[in-house]
Amino acid sequence: MTTDLSQTLPRSPGVWAQAWTRLKTDRVGMVSLYVTLFFITLVLLAQMGLVAKDWQKEVGTPFAPPHFVGKITDGSQSAVVDSIAGPNVDISDVDPLAPRYDEWRERAAQFKTAIIEKSDTLPFGGDQLGRDVLSKVIKGAQVSITVGLAAALFATLIGTILGAIGGYFGGWVGDFLEWVYNVFTAIPYILLVFALAAVLKSGPLAGTLGSGVWTVVIILSLVGWTGIYRLVRAEYMKHRSREYVRAAEAIGASHGSRMFAHILPNISHVVLVQLSLHVVGFIKAEVILSFLGLGVPIDMVSWGTMLSEAQTELVLGKWWQLAAATGFMAAFVTAFALLTDALRDALDPKLR
Amino acid sequence: MNPLISVQDLRVSFRMSKTHTAQAVKGVSFDIPANSTVALVGESGSGKSVTAMSIVRLLPENALVDARSKILYNGRDLLGIPMQDMRTLRGKDISVVFQEPMSSLNPVFTVGEQIAEVLRIHLRLNARQALDRTLDLMTEVGIPNPKERLKSYPHELSGGQQQRVMIAMAIACEPKLLIADEPTTALDVTVQRQIMELLARLQARQKMSILFISHDLGLVGEISNQVIVMRSGEVREAGDVARIFNTPVDAYTQALLACRPRLDARPRRLAVIDDIVNKRPPITEQRVSLPPTGPALVEVKGLRKDYPLKAGLFKRRIFTAVKKADFSLYKGRTLGVVGESGSGKTTLGMMLTRLTDATAGSIMFEGIDLAQLTPAQMRVYRSRIQIIFQNPYASLNPRFTVGQILIEPMRIHRIGQDDNDRARLALAMIEKVGLTREAFGKYPHEFSGGQRQRIAIARCLTMKPEIIVCDESVSALDVSVQATVLNLLLDLQEEFGLTYLFISHDLAVVKYMADEVLVMNQGEIVERGSSEAIYARPQHPYTKQLLSSIPRGLACA
Repeated sequence: MTTDLSQTLPRSPGVWAQAWTRLKTDRVGMVSLYVTLFFITLVLLAQMGLVAKDWQKEVGTPFAPPHFVGKITDGSQSAVVDSIAGPNVDISDVDPLAPRYDEWRERAAQFKTAIIEKSDTLPFGGDQLGRDVLSKVIKGAQVSITVGLAAALFATLIGTILGAIGGYFGGWVGDFLEWVYNVFTAIPYILLVFALAAVLKSGPLAGTLGSGVWTVVIILSLVGWTGIYRLVRAEYMKHRSREYVRAAEAIGASHGSRMFAHILPNISHVVLVQLSLHVVGFIKAEVILSFLGLGVPIDMVSWGTMLSEAQTELVLGKWWQLAAATGFMAAFVTAFALLTDALRDALDPKLR
Repeated sequence: MNPLISVQDLRVSFRMSKTHTAQAVKGVSFDIPANSTVALVGESGSGKSVTAMSIVRLLPENALVDARSKILYNGRDLLGIPMQDMRTLRGKDISVVFQEPMSSLNPVFTVGEQIAEVLRIHLRLNARQALDRTLDLMTEVGIPNPKERLKSYPHELSGGQQQRVMIAMAIACEPKLLIADEPTTALDVTVQRQIMELLARLQARQKMSILFISHDLGLVGEISNQVIVMRSGEVREAGDVARIFNTPVDAYTQALLACRPRLDARPRRLAVIDDIVNKRPPITEQRVSLPPTGPALVEVKGLRKDYPLKAGLFKRRIFTAVKKADFSLYKGRTLGVVGESGSGKTTLGMMLTRLTDATAGSIMFEGIDLAQLTPAQMRVYRSRIQIIFQNPYASLNPRFTVGQILIEPMRIHRIGQDDNDRARLALAMIEKVGLTREAFGKYPHEFSGGQRQRIAIARCLTMKPEIIVCDESVSALDVSVQATVLNLLLDLQEEFGLTYLFISHDLAVVKYMADEVLVMNQGEIVERGSSEAIYARPQHPYTKQLLSSIPRGLACA
């Protein structure tokens, strides 16, 4: 039996373990971490269908106000005119179809019409169809946060790989990537987004990406990788000539190993901070896209579509959908940004 | 006679975190008499710079000076006076020359403007007067063509000239005290010699005092009247320069004097601090060079390296870093390469390991020309020719544990059956270079410079190389640590029959280590021969100049 020798020896805490110890002493960072984790849990629960599954059900009266506001009785709440009371007029003696009344009554009895008790108030109010704003905002969080995280991950992946190649090899490869970068940054941001949306959502490629969420993810990541690319490229150029990389070359390590096993861990803190900065940026970008109608499809809800609906509601004085969406978004984005800040402090390597 | 400056019970600590402080200076007291040179000598971390910077209160933000500490100047406690008064003292009464002249000068102003600024602020001279005085100063510090140099930017001057400008700025107001913080460490030996002579001349002429900070005991012996030896924040020994050199009392001072390789003796092993503290008798047995036997292991012919430089928009100029180098390496022997910065010695070592591609020439190794191999073909030979870099802080990947650092090359070259076997080999190497087994799981930042260099050596050894290029491998280390690492290199050479290409600017170290020496100047090998012959009978004028520039401590003064 061979016991693994290296396991028996004491091992110092790695960089990440040390960063975690430092993060734990940062009170603001820890609170933001908890808030962020709460939102992530919410997203996962929504994804599994455990919460906010029935967000499309019309559970309240249209524009039902929140509980804490109470029922508004100015008559504007209900657009439906109450039916006139009193018995129906019996016309069976003149109706040629009268013999079939029984038959119909029998068949009608077979269908159950569950009459939903439409509540006058909802926890966070209702929208114009009477859908629960709280469920909507949770479902919207699922879409918005998923889009933000996925787009940031893709953008970081593109930016890191291209930046690594450009910075490490330099020469004509680096020049070529610089040209690609320049082309991407030369086009105005919104114009590029519109162009990509046009191609991916209604152009020849429409439908190839399945549900609309992924189209948004692709658009955002294709537009957003440039900043990360520049940073990673600069870091690689700096580290490329460091002695530890030369030493790795001297022991015969391949290009790939030097790029990703040696240099990448040393700049991973830069990448991580960029990743989280972009999550915040992309959530906001998704909101803008959905607001402009280029975001998620009509049968889905995101914070952006909610804000888009809210602009007409606001004129009618129905402020709760706007409040719920902005409140949730502000809480998550602020917590995430603060967490990013704390991460940057914790990861700041004073080891060198 | 009253001393100029009296430092009394100076204690400085640094706030490392909310709860933790580290003490850098632990109760240091000394006097600087007027019109004399006092040297503060110590290794890195001894607190010598912190002590000196406390006098002018140029300490980092997180420094805490103890309330009991006193630094008296003209009867005033410099630690207690308002910052405004301190600012008028700085540059006028007390001025400072730093180690790095390039980073101490502002790159966007001409040197003339920078010297004149000091004169305008402190002496309130007008532009005309300041210009005249600047010219005088530049002449005084020995800058050739001062009129033209007045309009030069710092990058247009050489390192030595930049340091002269710094000195001109420092002495512009005829200060009472000049603090020189390692003023020659970043400079070549020949330039160091000139700067030292300049400082000695200025001290005598201006009748000022100099507080000279250095890690090199040999260097300060030449110019100082008094020497203070510091170690880990404490004064180990202080006294007259002759007494310190002739009858050092403290074991640490004795060790510092004994650790440096000497030009006139070549003991089998260098004395280290441990030997002297434990009072072991000095090693008198001389080291004998192995005679070159058999065919050369490596034969280098006509090696050249050109770098294209941009000159203008389309023009290219070619800069030749190494011009036609020929040499041979023999098994078990050490070839030393000495030269100043820019002599091409590092490029030579890089070309031998193929970390830099040669422009022309051949490197014959076992009948194969390494210079012609593709990178893929070269990988097989990588393990056999290894390199130890200068800076042990930069040459180890900070995110790898020592174990990972040592196992990686074995994995690449398929040494050992599995990772468990490799870990066993790595542990053996860790012990071989004099570290404990616990080092395996630690990260490089947990080790000191000397220990890190040991790890770098262990990494080379895992591949069982035949040739090791030591590129200034001990230059970044303290003198006492240098000796232990050099001894380790010698032990390993004997045990494994290693061949070294030992590159250094330090002539004493090369003299001690090398069997044969190449002297390089501006890309050319100007002289070659056995180490004894070159040092005893230098032929080329450049070699003679190099040798005469070595600080020899008190003996020369």
